[in-house]
Amino acid sequence: MSAREPAARAPSLSAAAPGAEGQPGRDAPGVRPVGHAAAAGDGSARAVELRGRGFEPRLRPAIAWLGLLGLLVLWQTASATGILSDFTLPSPARIGRALAELASSGELWGHLRASAGRIAAGFALGFFTGVAAGLAIGIFSLWRSLGLPVVSALFPIPKIALLPLFILWFGIGEWSKIATLAFGVFFPTVVATYGAVDGVPRTLVRMGQSFGLGPGAITARILLPGALPGILSGARIASSIALILVVAAEMIGAERGIGALILTSGHLMQTDRLLAGVVVLSVAGLLLAWGLGALERRLLRWR
Amino acid sequence: MQLEAHGIGHRYGDLAVLDGLSFTVEEGRVLAVIGPSGCGKSTLLRILGGLVAPAEGEVRARGEAPADCLNPFTYVFQDFALLPWRTVAGNVELPLEAKGLAADARRERARDALARCGLEDFATAYPRQLSGGMQQRVGIARALAVRPAVLLMDEPLSALDSQTRDLLKEDLIRLWRETGATTVYVTHNLSEAAELADDILVLSRRPGRERARIAVEAPREERRRGDPLVVGVEERLWTLLRSEAAEAALEVVA
Repeated sequence: MSAREPAARAPSLSAAAPGAEGQPGRDAPGVRPVGHAAAAGDGSARAVELRGRGFEPRLRPAIAWLGLLGLLVLWQTASATGILSDFTLPSPARIGRALAELASSGELWGHLRASAGRIAAGFALGFFTGVAAGLAIGIFSLWRSLGLPVVSALFPIPKIALLPLFILWFGIGEWSKIATLAFGVFFPTVVATYGAVDGVPRTLVRMGQSFGLGPGAITARILLPGALPGILSGARIASSIALILVVAAEMIGAERGIGALILTSGHLMQTDRLLAGVVVLSVAGLLLAWGLGALERRLLRWR
Repeated sequence: MQLEAHGIGHRYGDLAVLDGLSFTVEEGRVLAVIGPSGCGKSTLLRILGGLVAPAEGEVRARGEAPADCLNPFTYVFQDFALLPWRTVAGNVELPLEAKGLAADARRERARDALARCGLEDFATAYPRQLSGGMQQRVGIARALAVRPAVLLMDEPLSALDSQTRDLLKEDLIRLWRETGATTVYVTHNLSEAAELADDILVLSRRPGRERARIAVEAPREERRRGDPLVVGVEERLWTLLRSEAAEAALEVVA
């Protein structure tokens, strides 16, 4: 900003409120800044221009629903008029029909149950061991020294790359998939947990110690609840990783599961069933996020 | 309980923060510790309550704690140190849980402590719903609930605005009268020291050494803000601290 600009704008300010200088703290008493002095001679008063508008995005639900609906209508119209071929991208109506057929024949529920079971088992295993490991890294120097390098080295591996190895170890059945998911969930949970434990103010820990709380009580009553917000946002990330991994794992070796449904539909060129599976994944992801959000609101009421 | 410091010295790495401090706080008296910033006041307080091991010297306590005392050395923190996920009553009960008090006894003690601090209507509120002054009242109630023998207060009022500070001073005076707890009160605020303390220990710039010790004889109930006695003590303290404070202000903080 040029030095002249404030001086040029100042007239209206000092004309409207004489004596109320822009920054009274900085000006020596009795000294008037040049811009204000010039303004006093001007005499005419103008309204101060409002400049603080915008950059406050708000979600307007009506617009959100209309936008989504508009997109579907556009898509359906494009399919109906032949701009989009039914094979490359089936119309929303066709996808809906495929979804309804899958649901009524019971096929969908079998796939969904298989995927949900894997997610539940893999997530639970990875999450609870992850929280425990994260706490250990967040509390003990030994575990931090041993654990952090290992976590840093293994965290960036795309966990699906380990599925072939897990298949060799645990066989092609459920356990190799559950292990992949658990592994994928474990690392982000560890990182979120120890970061959240690090973020609990040490004065709270010292407070606990000064009132005679032992290590167990400090962990259970101060560190864990204090770290809970961070752990729960870690759980959000971990849950979407679990969803990605379950589909990937089911595409490599499974007969059941949403990933398997999508893959076989692709092989059979049934793009409507394929996309019906994708829709199910989208809904599943939304439900997971919504569930975790509800859990957060319940557990973090104090915020 | 009487608190004795014998030749306390401390350092962080190569940085000496406290040097050769010896003093006694007699049973039921309030010692204010003042000094320029960075003179190790807070470190001294942490040493006195056993949160930090001193590099030199030792702290001793003489006499018996009251029979119902659950935590002889009890802190009141500058930033209140309340658990944001616990209600006011939950925060006050935390130390009582740690001591294995039954739920009934906990509630009873917490209720009593909250009532003494004028917080009975806020038992189910969360800390973030309270003003700073009210939060510090919770901190004080939490300390009272364990019936401390020694109260260690680390700039308890310095995070508050000045009107709130004046109100809480009155509360503190009443609490000392009711509990008779021996108190060490760290502050950088000269008027707090002059209005509240029986004895004032003036520390030098880092490393903190004893510069002076002043006894204020008038009962604190009778000291008022702007009272000539209080102003006189403040003037003496400022004379002692002025040059130190000026030098400390120029120092680059490590």
